[in-house]
Amino acid sequence: MTWLFLSSGLFLGWSLGANDAANLFGTAVGTKMLRFRTAALVASVFVVIGAVSGGHGATRTLGRLGAIDAIAGAFTVALAAALAVVLLLRRTGLPVSITQAIVGAIVGWNLFTGRPTDMKALAQLLSSWLASPLLSGTIAAFLFLGMRAAIPRLKVHLLEVDVLTRVGLLVVGAFAAFSLGMNDIANVMGVFVRVSPFPESTSLGPFRATSVEMLFLLGGLAIATGIVTYSERIMLRIGTGLTSLSPLAALLVVLSSGTVQFLFGSPGLQQVLHARGLPGWPLVPVSATQAVVGAILGISLVRKSGIRVRELGKIALGWVAAPLAAMLIALVGLYIVRNVFELPVSADSPARKAASAGASTPAGPGGANPVSSAR
Amino acid sequence: MPLLFRRTRALEAQIDQLLDAISEGCLVFGQGIEDYLRSDLDRFEQRLRAIGEFEHKADALRREIETRLYTESLIPDHRGDVLGLLENIDNVIDEAKKTLAQFAVERPEIPPDLSADYLDLAHASVESAQHIVSAVRAFFRDITAVPDHIHKVYFYEKEADRLADRLKRKIFARDLELARKIHLRYFCLHVETVSDRAEDVADRLSIYTIKRTI
Repeated sequence: MTWLFLSSGLFLGWSLGANDAANLFGTAVGTKMLRFRTAALVASVFVVIGAVSGGHGATRTLGRLGAIDAIAGAFTVALAAALAVVLLLRRTGLPVSITQAIVGAIVGWNLFTGRPTDMKALAQLLSSWLASPLLSGTIAAFLFLGMRAAIPRLKVHLLEVDVLTRVGLLVVGAFAAFSLGMNDIANVMGVFVRVSPFPESTSLGPFRATSVEMLFLLGGLAIATGIVTYSERIMLRIGTGLTSLSPLAALLVVLSSGTVQFLFGSPGLQQVLHARGLPGWPLVPVSATQAVVGAILGISLVRKSGIRVRELGKIALGWVAAPLAAMLIALVGLYIVRNVFELPVSADSPARKAASAGASTPAGPGGANPVSSAR
Repeated sequence: MPLLFRRTRALEAQIDQLLDAISEGCLVFGQGIEDYLRSDLDRFEQRLRAIGEFEHKADALRREIETRLYTESLIPDHRGDVLGLLENIDNVIDEAKKTLAQFAVERPEIPPDLSADYLDLAHASVESAQHIVSAVRAFFRDITAVPDHIHKVYFYEKEADRLADRLKRKIFARDLELARKIHLRYFCLHVETVSDRAEDVADRLSIYTIKRTI
């Protein structure tokens, strides 16, 4: 039963892998600078490493927004986010992201269960949605200007530029995949952290993984599966669709968006900053798609090739539409799960209390162990 | 780094060899015209054979480069431009060889006092060809230098136009048979066409240079 509940998170991970890996390697694969197999292998490996090694940073902020404490609730929230993204993407073509949808779904869970929403965490998340494309666009614009000034001076042969671009696309793609795993695993598995079905410590050959790390590993593998099984056609579509983006410009776009995801997701960087007495910023999950769109717009601006106001409008609409849709779906879904399937969606839900009383399970802080009874 | 560029260095060398062949072929074209005007026909025949070899070598190299660019999926964003560029610059040496061959076949009787005019025209055409080779070379390695060379191509092409116009006027002002006048003009036109081919490449290269800036 636990695996069934986790399936919505795994589906979310699969969907993220299929769509967001295309942002990282789309132009490289679409223009045949890199082979799909190479891109998929590198993206898969680094997304898993990023998820397991640094996923806890952004997850903590998401956990503060809503502490989902029943696995059926977590399942419904993740499913609502996935459905919102799939429906909005299919129906409207808006650049909506799982990041925004999951926030809406968690707020929906808070509303449904009557839990308070941490307004500080919500404000941090909302401001990061604006900051992410802005920062990504600014980084891309400066990188673009630097590259445009440097390349003619370096007098590198066109064929050597081509080789360096290929290597760069691979290295930067690996970095962006690492950042994606680190930042976006919070969206995929964040809601399951409090109800993780894994034991406190699991042995993986020479390594030992905590319960949360195992959850992130599973989420990372789901993302990797999405990359391997479904991202090729999206990569080819992106590669041929964005014809105005040269491979070199694409490299800068991926580097900028990867940097933004790294900045907003890396606990290691925060530790370094704190150790040196420098101010940090909240670690929050940010949308890779919107960071990419921001970077492309930043380059368009310095290129003076004009900003597509419609694209900006689409991003803004995505900020509103994705969380609202996910919240509504979550509310309906939670209602159905609690009242039709009679499953507890929170530790203090009526179904849970009844189940707990019947089983005489001793209650922990905030209720009974939600995982054991959900099983 | 050398390992990284091992494959491309070989291709870079082939592109340089192609441009060398075109450049040397065009120099031989100028020497061939000079030999013909001096009535040194043995040396002229040697030049004709030499330009044929350069043209053959350039064709073979161009085909090999094109194949490698496609099979190894190199420079996907500039491949079409580079292929167009190489095919067009090949037309310059083709035109030069064709012109020299026509001299060999038709043996036009050039009045001695017009030799200097033909020679000036040939030199202008050769200069424009030399500068277009330099421009293409710069396109690959030093994009900022391309406009300087293109500017010189246009300069020598205009010079060739001016010299050809003056020569044609001189030819038609003479008391010669119309057939001979037309024959002389025909060779003037062919020598001038070499610079026109260089100009065609320069036109394309100007656009490609803008496209190469990221």
